[in-house]
Order: sequence, then C-alpha cells, then structure tokens
Amino acid sequence: MDNRRYFGPGGWVLRVLLAAALAVVGAGLGLALTAPAGDPGLTAGVRAALPASGAGNPVTAVLLNFRGYDTLLEMAVLTAALAGVWSLGRAHRTRFIRPSPVLTALTRVLAPLFPLVCGYLLWAGADHPGGAFQAGAVLATAAVLHVLSAPERGPRLPELPLRLAAVAGLAVFLAVALGVMTGGARFLEYPPALVKWLMLAIETAAMLSIAAILAGLFLGGRPGQPDD
Amino acid sequence: MTAAVALDAILVVVLLWVAWASLWSRDLFRGIVLFISFGMILSIGWIRLGAPDVGLAEAAIGAGLTGALLLATWGSLPRGSGTPEGEDEPDEEHDASDGQ
Repeated sequence: MDNRRYFGPGGWVLRVLLAAALAVVGAGLGLALTAPAGDPGLTAGVRAALPASGAGNPVTAVLLNFRGYDTLLEMAVLTAALAGVWSLGRAHRTRFIRPSPVLTALTRVLAPLFPLVCGYLLWAGADHPGGAFQAGAVLATAAVLHVLSAPERGPRLPELPLRLAAVAGLAVFLAVALGVMTGGARFLEYPPALVKWLMLAIETAAMLSIAAILAGLFLGGRPGQPDD
Repeated sequence: MTAAVALDAILVVVLLWVAWASLWSRDLFRGIVLFISFGMILSIGWIRLGAPDVGLAEAAIGAGLTGALLLATWGSLPRGSGTPEGEDEPDEEHDASDGQ
C-alpha cells in the first residue's frame, strides 16, 4: 500500500489537517470581527499607572514594567533559538560572492549612521516609539551589512564579543529581576526611585543581545574559523 | 477624511495583492522580494493603525532581517531549485546578494 497518498506532501491527511486549521483560524477571525466592542480593555489602567512606570511611552511601560515577565521570557526564547542554530555547526560560506562596489560604498556611508540611529531609538523609546527591539534590529542590520561587504579573507564578526553580547540581555534582565528581591521587593518589582535607570540598563543590554542574536541567526552557525 | 479612507483602501488592496503574489510566485527569488515588499507595506499599515512601534519593528525585523535571512537561505540552495523550470535547467550564476 502506498502510504504517500495519505501522509506525504499533498496527501489526504495533510490536506484535511490544513483545512481544519484554516477553518479554525477563519472562525476565530469571524468571531473577532462580529464580537461587540463592549470591553474597554486595559488602556485606561495603563494610562493611569504610566507616571509610576518610569517611561512615558505606554508600549515601553507595558513591555518592560507591567509585563516585564513576558519580555524576560521573550529574551530567553531568542537566546535559546540562537543556541539551537549555533549548535547545528559552524558558520561557513558555501560560496563566496565578491561584494559589489555599490554595497561597499553604501556600507561606508551608512556605517557611522547606524550607532547614531540605534542610540536615538534606544533613548527615544522611553517617551516615543522606539526601544530595544528596533534599536537592536538596526544594529543587527549594520552587522549583516558588515558580513556581506567583507572581502573573502576579511574581518569576520568577532567571536567572543558576539557570544557575550548574545547572553548579555538575558543575564542583565535576570540580574535586575533577582537583584531587586534583595531589597525585599518581589521578582521584577522595580523600586520606584531606580525604575528609570534599571529599565535603561535592561534596554541597553537587551538591544545588544537582540542585535547579536539576529546577526548570529544570519550567520547561520557558530562564529569563528570553520572546521574544514 | 476621504483621502485617508482612500489611502487605507489602497493599502489593504495592495497588501492582499502582494501577499497573494508572494505566496503564489513560482520563482523563489521573486517570492522573497515580494515578501520584503509585503513587510514594508505592512509597516505602513501599522503606522496607519496608530501603532508606530509595531511599524518600526515590522520594517526592521519583518522586512529587513527576515528578508536577509530568506535571501541567504535562497543563496545556499542548490542551483536552479525554486525556479519554474526546475532543477535540470543549466542556469547562470545566482548573483545573490547574500554572504553565506
């Protein structure tokens, strides 16, 4: 009997399962569209608590203070994802492609702008749209451009700083979360006097971590010299 | 007001169309480029919805870095796979802008 008709790609079982999953998603979307907008949500509560949060931007306040636990777990997930990719092997170039002069020239022009934009996004994140994720993504883009425009035997991303940066976000976040407990507070309960600076420290470390993790994922393997 | 509604309507139509074109593209490279465009248009959509934070993250991560990852993956696929003609085609060098 040919099992592929039932289980392989395009088989009946897969089709029925996909159809069921799609039907569930469609039903959920339909329910969400037809549901009455009676629940006011948490907007008012967040706005009321904003002055005590240490940030003027409600998104930053929710991410790092009110729901800091979620962001902590998110950093853990990102770090674990990078560990998973790096455990598969070392980064190696399957094919070297000479970087085009346009790319190298553009990278030279953009290089000084990346730290500037990155620092602005990080600092502005307290009161305006921005924050660690966006700043980290900009920094990661700089690293990706650096990798793409490097000549064949040129500089790679430094191995030790990349490894340290990758775990810095989770480490600082955990250190702050546990450190406040020595003062009698609960896990992740920032003391009001220090809240702004603790959040800034977490954001800075998280930015470095996110940049290192995204760049590390782009490398597709552990940094350093290839084995072969 | 009407201009804003018209802009939103155009955004929705273009977004759905680009998503459809990206999913149904028979050429992988074309699909990836359309996916990056999808991310950029989606980030405009987030800004129109009053969520500039999400818009920034979408532009940087959804469009930029996911696009780079997809292009890098495409660059390390066997030559000729993912083109409409299949693997037997003796195609020219992939001039991928990936670095892997």
